[in-house]
Amino acid sequence: MNEISNKWIGKNTVRPDGAEKVTGRAQYSSDTTMPGMIWGHVLRSPHPHAKIISINTKKAEALEGVKSVITSKDIVDFPLDKPVMLGIQDMRWMCRNIMARDKVLFHGHPLAAVAATTEAIAEKACNLIEVEYEILPWAIDIEDAIKDDAPILHDHIHFDGKPSNIAGTLEHKKGDIEEGFEKADVIIERDFKTEAVHQGYLETHSCLVSVAADGRATIWSSSQGQFMVRAMTSFLTGIPQSNIRAIPAEIGGGFGGKTIVYLEPLATVMSQKTGRPVKIVMNREDTMRASGPTSGSKSKIKIGATKDGKIVAAQGIYYLQAGAFPGSPIRGAAGCSLAPYDIPNAHTFGYDVVSNRSKVAAYRAPGAPIGAYGVECVLDEIAESLKICPLELRKINAAKEGTKAVHGPVFPKMGYIETLDAAINHPHYKAPLGKHQGRGVASGFWFNAGGESSAQLNITEDGNVVVTTGHPDVGGSRASIANITAELLGINHDRVSVLIGDTATIGYSNLTGGSRVLFASALVVTESAQIVINQLKQRAAKIWGIDEDAIDWENGEARPAGDNAGKFAPLTLAEIADKATATGGPIGAGYQVNTEGAEGGFATHICDVEVDMDLGIVRVKRYTSIQDVGKAIHPDYVEGQLQGGCAQGIGWALSEEYIYNKDGHLDNTGFLDYRMPVCSDLPMLDTVIIEVPNPKHPQGVRGVGEVPLVPPLAAISNAVYQAIGKRSYSLPMSPPKVLKIIEGS
Amino acid sequence: MAKIQVSTNINNESVEYLCEPHDTMLSVLRNQLDLTGSKESCGSGDCGSCSVILDGELVCSCLMLAAEAEGSKLETIEGMSEGGKLHALQQKFLEKAALQCGICTPGFLMASKALLDHNPTPTETEVRFWLAGNLCRCTGYDKIVKAVLEVADDMKESA
Ligand code: FES
Ligand code: FES
Repeated sequence: MNEISNKWIGKNTVRPDGAEKVTGRAQYSSDTTMPGMIWGHVLRSPHPHAKIISINTKKAEALEGVKSVITSKDIVDFPLDKPVMLGIQDMRWMCRNIMARDKVLFHGHPLAAVAATTEAIAEKACNLIEVEYEILPWAIDIEDAIKDDAPILHDHIHFDGKPSNIAGTLEHKKGDIEEGFEKADVIIERDFKTEAVHQGYLETHSCLVSVAADGRATIWSSSQGQFMVRAMTSFLTGIPQSNIRAIPAEIGGGFGGKTIVYLEPLATVMSQKTGRPVKIVMNREDTMRASGPTSGSKSKIKIGATKDGKIVAAQGIYYLQAGAFPGSPIRGAAGCSLAPYDIPNAHTFGYDVVSNRSKVAAYRAPGAPIGAYGVECVLDEIAESLKICPLELRKINAAKEGTKAVHGPVFPKMGYIETLDAAINHPHYKAPLGKHQGRGVASGFWFNAGGESSAQLNITEDGNVVVTTGHPDVGGSRASIANITAELLGINHDRVSVLIGDTATIGYSNLTGGSRVLFASALVVTESAQIVINQLKQRAAKIWGIDEDAIDWENGEARPAGDNAGKFAPLTLAEIADKATATGGPIGAGYQVNTEGAEGGFATHICDVEVDMDLGIVRVKRYTSIQDVGKAIHPDYVEGQLQGGCAQGIGWALSEEYIYNKDGHLDNTGFLDYRMPVCSDLPMLDTVIIEVPNPKHPQGVRGVGEVPLVPPLAAISNAVYQAIGKRSYSLPMSPPKVLKIIEGS
Repeated sequence: MAKIQVSTNINNESVEYLCEPHDTMLSVLRNQLDLTGSKESCGSGDCGSCSVILDGELVCSCLMLAAEAEGSKLETIEGMSEGGKLHALQQKFLEKAALQCGICTPGFLMASKALLDHNPTPTETEVRFWLAGNLCRCTGYDKIVKAVLEVADDMKESA
């Protein structure tokens, strides 16, 4: 293997896709058009829960300019009695989520779609569709959905022997929880509540689909996985995967929310029916109403510790909103919440609760921020009651190499304690605080993921390099892949181009999600590069007429080694490429594998807030994220992940929430009242990158993107407590809520 | 109703188009003039991804009627680099990794340009409040603010 000189790994190179993005030329999903294109629009339910008695599309079809009207009849049905899984998604729910059958289950649930010559005509036609509903009682919040006489969303879902909105559970156990609590000198038990929040990607969902006369479909859309788009569209339309080409547009943010489809199957069916390319663009309102937020939750956390700060027992019970169909991220809540700690007796339990809200989608470390929120707040109280520094308390109990996690695995080498030490020693932790200011800390964990990846690395005829991978680049992964390729081949970074292939041009690659992309693509690119280096050595061997084993690849050149050292002048990549035809043909290699060895990531955050005691406004004054990233291939984009996740956490903790009104309608579907942090809300966001290399990865990479959203909810809550002397047990800590806590009502 | 004929100037080129009275500037830029660099993330003036400069002032093109452009001078992201050379802000955004997904970037660049045109020596607070009309969900704004401040500094030095 090539020695890593680290000429390029760890460098802040300019990303290969950058120039197009700063000039407005990069093609995002809704930027593409086609000759003859028509426009689609989706009719959505005005009710949170209703039976569909009839749908009459005659008037809509008769409107001039209308080309196609579709309903659930045009989408493949998946009967309720048999799960059909694609990753974590069940096609039974997916087919009903993109087009309601029998019942509408949330305000904004699609139930018909129209394609017409203009967007305005398509919208007008939707309003001409006559739907007869039988309105049913609904349940929005968890409490309402799980009470005895709750309206049931899905009659076939049973819990405790009767129809229920509890669609599933998940449990982790270690040791004996009762015995553990008996040994505790202090036990703290608290109830917590969080609201549903949206991923908030600025690019709404959209797609353009062209089905040709031979039945072959081409899809342009932005998603976190072109192969997911192909597979789901195939399932839901019945077109075989070989006849669907999904081309990944540049993606304007996803954060987990673009791991499922909403529009592609509808546009595909309408293009099939009309023979015209169909474009659908979801507006912001519908994106908020009907595309995945992450769960709101309620939870009960109980932790017991001895006087010297050793945690002897911990329990977390979580109820998570799934939205209208099963599938909330209880695994993240129940699995990640206690992972930073070595606790002898532990128990976590998660309930997956359906209610009349839009189906949740993944959001950065799905479930883990909810899990960590309660645990990290209770730890703060334990530290206070034992008069131990909260970071020391975490250190006393920190998981390390060899610790068996509550969710099962035994941790390999990892850097959690390193994040705690860095926090304790950081100037931020010692800086003085002003009036009404407080400082909070919290830690967090995310599993990280491996999975299928493919890469192709080709040497161009003039001796440069083109690398293709199969994962949409959400925040600089192409730049990192260019760094790694340049490093391995020993050439200048700007000689490497990195592209994202479509489903027809690169092998299957799983979603951009779970913090897997750089971990997995670096692995397959490294393997491809090794094969190519061997090919280059073979070609040099042929040119020189010596044995290929007697050749080294160094600094972008083949050099004769061993007995032959110095006998021939080195051959550069360009010189070998120039002779490729004569020495055996094109040089390049692909590699595809199900990657393994993604190890978890840990972070510790420090946050200072200042509270306006008259208005209840919480302002973040200083924030430091400290994270073990394994190895930072492109430090600026690693930092960017830390900063972006932290900003989303600040929004979740302080200002973002889904607000449903008494009619079961989402009331805040715009950015004015769904309040994400803006530039003037935030300070500079400091980061400390810890590098404890992942032993199972050639460059030591760990996933980076999700952990940053895990600690902020608790770090900010703990800081608010320090500032005002009272604790909040629910999010968001919006001004009216904080004011109430201050006033003690 | 008859369409309205508009003569205007976009990125230093004369442009004519026909639009409906209710068409927004953003929809004409994107759907008629193929200037898709301006993005629509909200359509309600709350995100700034559609930012353009109209007669020297920063505006949300989703809140402006296409008919209003008559006789004016419009700058969009497509006109920011000249002769294949990136504007200092564009270059700095690249060097400082001030973009992740990049969907907000055209809007931030237009807004930052308008800021520096008005106030070449902004403080961090001024940058943060000026850019408060532009949402970015990826970066936490840190690197964007730093990039703008650095460009302002560079301009000072070269002045
Ligand atoms: S699209 Fe114009 S401000 Fe959001
Ligand atoms: S870079 Fe993605 S929204 Fe700003």
